[in-house]
Amino acid sequence: MIGLLAALAAIAVAVAFMRDLLVVAMLSSIFSFACCALFVLFDAPDVAFTEACIGAGVSTVLTLAALRLTGRQERRSGRPATAIAAMVATVCGLALVYGSLDLPRFGDPRAPANGHVAPHYLTRSEGEIGIPNVVTSVLGSYRGYDTLGETVVVFTAALGVLLLIGGAQARPGKRGEAPARADRDVVLRAIATLFVPMTLFLAPYVQFHGAYSPGGGFQAGAILGGALILYGLVFGVERLNRLVPEAVLRVIATLGVLTYGGTGLVTLALGKGFLDYDAFGTRPVGQQIGLTVIELGVFMTVGAVMTLLFQRFAGRGEA
Amino acid sequence: MFYGAAIALFACFALALIRAFAGPSVFDRVLALNMIGTKTILLIAVLGFATDRYDFIDIALVYAVLNLIGTVALLRFLTADKEAS
Amino acid sequence: MSAGEILDLARRLLGEGLLGLGALAVLVGAIGLLRLPDFYTRAHAGGVTDTAGAISMLTGLALLAPDPLVSLKLLIVLAVSLFASPTSCHALARAAFRSGHRPALHGNRLPPAAPGE
Repeated sequence: MIGLLAALAAIAVAVAFMRDLLVVAMLSSIFSFACCALFVLFDAPDVAFTEACIGAGVSTVLTLAALRLTGRQERRSGRPATAIAAMVATVCGLALVYGSLDLPRFGDPRAPANGHVAPHYLTRSEGEIGIPNVVTSVLGSYRGYDTLGETVVVFTAALGVLLLIGGAQARPGKRGEAPARADRDVVLRAIATLFVPMTLFLAPYVQFHGAYSPGGGFQAGAILGGALILYGLVFGVERLNRLVPEAVLRVIATLGVLTYGGTGLVTLALGKGFLDYDAFGTRPVGQQIGLTVIELGVFMTVGAVMTLLFQRFAGRGEA
Repeated sequence: MFYGAAIALFACFALALIRAFAGPSVFDRVLALNMIGTKTILLIAVLGFATDRYDFIDIALVYAVLNLIGTVALLRFLTADKEAS
Repeated sequence: MSAGEILDLARRLLGEGLLGLGALAVLVGAIGLLRLPDFYTRAHAGGVTDTAGAISMLTGLALLAPDPLVSLKLLIVLAVSLFASPTSCHALARAAFRSGHRPALHGNRLPPAAPGE
């Protein structure tokens, strides 16, 4: 574990100092792998799963697509780093380390995080919600409001990209930008023909298995996005655009958020609190209905957003 | 036994990291990245066995599939870069 | 010992042996990644870890698994990995070659650059 943490520190330092942004993108990818291994060591499979899904496929691809738009080398800024800036950074860092000394030890059962609500979740989740994976039950039901916020954040990120990076109606760029062409390599096309359907099957498996093992809406959405991104990478963004037009994806993303929020409104209309799944029926059946619906909403939004971001980024930039 | 395998995998991880820092050409770095990806798959599977939590194998499966996407994206970017210049 | 116990012992020994073999292969490949002189030779080292290492380790783990479903999942991971790793290596070598990277030959005589593909 110490080795992994040291590797993380080394990568972070290298990322800060390297000028070639492509190398930075690759090092960030390695950082993601190291984080995932660390989460596995910390016995946190759901977090590791999400890091794997998003870091391995989507994050690297989007960073690279952004690099196509900005260029590979980092521009050296005019002013040299001043001594005051260095001192401020050091003092802040030391203050954070000092503050972290007060944190409870790793896995301490008397820590506040493990004290108040956590025992309730751990002991009562099986009876109240009835699914083995406590993380999903906390995410979906006990803390469903927070997850709604997360989904809206993902959606807002998509909104930002859609507003900033022009789509098909935008003016053509100055440097002769063109969308990413297809790859003519036979091996890649054959393997992609095999992999894309398999990944498309993996996404619903992860989605519906999220109640029993690590998984759930976010991971499944990222996997679906990954499958479509692979298709777009190998066969060309134009074919991807024809297969899943951007307009359709925008509708799906919006529907996902609306499904989630709409569930809350429905429970309000049925007389219970916002996102209180008891409105759907007695526990645990009512809870499970609510969970399934919102996980579907999360899946739709995350999958559509990932693909949308890729389409926008890859639709521009030098050929 | 599992921890021994995990240590060997982690040693591979560290050595590949050195190559990723040092590699003279960008392709060396991509090679190191690819190797780290596949070793992470094995590392997660082994750690899952070591801690008696076999759910981690799903993570290894997802990584096995998604690792391809990252490498392909990287290489498309590289060849596009060279062809443009 | 009964037949079941012998089989169990054999399974465990074989599984752990394969695991150790895989770990060794991975280490050898990693050392090769650092010490071999040229990109294309290092790609071979990477290939060793991806095939010999992955096959041995995942098969060893599959033998040691407590549950047949876990073994099946491990074998699926292996199958996917066996499709994906050679593809990545191929795409990498192809990209390197098309970008003008050439293998360093004995006596530092580089072959003439191939006409564009």
